Amino acid sequence: MTTPVTTDKRTLLTVFAEAALEPLLVADMDRLGIRGYTISDARGKGGRGVRDASWDESRNLRLEIICARAQAEAFLQHLQARYYAHYAMVAFLSEVEVLRPDKF
Amino acid sequence: MPPLDPVILFFLFGLVAGLLRSELKLPGALYDSLSIFLLLAIGLKGGQGLATQPLAPLLPQVGAVVLLGVAQTLLAFAALRALLRFDRPNAAATAAHYGSVSVATYAVASAWLAARAIPVEPQMAVLLAVMEVPAILVGIALARGVSRDTDWAALSHEAFLGKGVTLLLGGMAIGWAAGPGGLQPISVLFVDLFKGVLALFLLEMGLIVSRQMGELRRRGVALVAFGVTMPLLSAVLGAATGVGLGLSVGGTTVLATLAASASYIAVPAAMRIAVPQANPALSLAGALGVTFPFNLIVGIPLYHRLAAWMLQSHP
Repeated sequence: MTTPVTTDKRTLLTVFAEAALEPLLVADMDRLGIRGYTISDARGKGGRGVRDASWDESRNLRLEIICARAQAEAFLQHLQARYYAHYAMVAFLSEVEVLRPDKF
Repeated sequence: MPPLDPVILFFLFGLVAGLLRSELKLPGALYDSLSIFLLLAIGLKGGQGLATQPLAPLLPQVGAVVLLGVAQTLLAFAALRALLRFDRPNAAATAAHYGSVSVATYAVASAWLAARAIPVEPQMAVLLAVMEVPAILVGIALARGVSRDTDWAALSHEAFLGKGVTLLLGGMAIGWAAGPGGLQPISVLFVDLFKGVLALFLLEMGLIVSRQMGELRRRGVALVAFGVTMPLLSAVLGAATGVGLGLSVGGTTVLATLAASASYIAVPAAMRIAVPQANPALSLAGALGVTFPFNLIVGIPLYHRLAAWMLQSHP
C-alpha cells in the first residue's frame, strides 16, 4: 500500500508570446521577484497569423511560472497593461497541485 | 543573357516551393547556424584584408557611411509619411529597415563580383557592420521623439551588440589578428564553403520571402513601388558616396548595394521592442517581399553598371 501524496495548491501562469519579448519578460520577472520560471520554444497560429518559428521574426515562446495566486495575478495584470495592445500574447492562470510548496 | 548564378537559383527554388505551399521547411536552427556562418565568414575576410593596410584612412569612410545611413532613413521616412500616408510608428520602423543593410544582399554582391574577378576593398565588411546601426537609432528617434524618457543605454546596447554587429566585428578582429597566413587552416570552412552555405541560406530566404506575399497583396501597389524605388534612390546615394570616397568600381558597387539593401535581422528585432505600435509584417513585406529579391536579381548588376558609369564620368 502506498502512502497518500500530500500536495498544496499553487497557481500556474502560462504565457504564449512572440519570442522577441524574452529579454523584456525575464527582466520583468526579476524585478517582480518571481523566483523560478520555464521558457520553451513554441509555434502556432492566432490573431497575428501563422507563427511557424522558421526564422527570428516568426518565433513564439511559452513561459510557465508556478507561484502564489497573488503574485501570478500581479504579473498577469502587468502583462496586460504592458504588452497586450501591441504584441502577440495570450496568458492564463490555472490551479495546480505541487509537492514542496516552499519552493514556489 | 548570362545564366543566373546558382545561389540566385536556390533563392528562386525556395520562393517557388514556398508559393506552391510545398511541405519543404528547413529547421529554424539551420537558419540561425547559416546566418552565424555568413556573418563570421564576411568578418574574417574583411579582417584579414585590413591586416595588410593602415587603419587610419578608414575613419572618414566610416563617418561618410554613418551619414549615408542617416540620410537614407530620413528620406525613406519622409517618402512613407508623405506619399504612402503611413502613420508615424510604421513610417519610422519601415524607414529604419531601409536605412540599414542586408547581410545576405552584401554576400550575394560579393559573390557576384568575385565570379567576375572584380576586386573589392577589404574595408567593405567594416562599412557593412557600421551601416547596420545608425538607422536603428534614427528610426527610434523618429518614432518616439528624442525628448521623451527613452532608455538610450539599453537601445544602444541592442543596436551595437546585436547578433549581426557582434559576429561581424568579432570575425573581423580574429581575421585582423590572425592575418591571411594565420587563417589558412580554417579557410577550407570559411572561404571555400562560403558560396555553398550562401546557396542554402538563400533557399531558406526564398521560403521566408514567399510568406510575405499575403501581406504584400493586402498592401497593394504602393508598397511594391516604394520597395523598388527606394533602393534605386539609395543606390545612387551610395554610389555617389563611393565615388566621393575614391573607392574602386567593385567597392562602389558594394556600397551602392549596401545602401540599396534593407535590413531584416537587426532592425526588425530592435524595432519590435522599441516601437511596439509598428506592424512588423508591413516593414518586412517591403524589405523582404520586394526589395530583397529586386536587389538580388535586378539590382546588383544594375548597381555595378551605375558604379562603372559614375566612375567613368567622374574619374
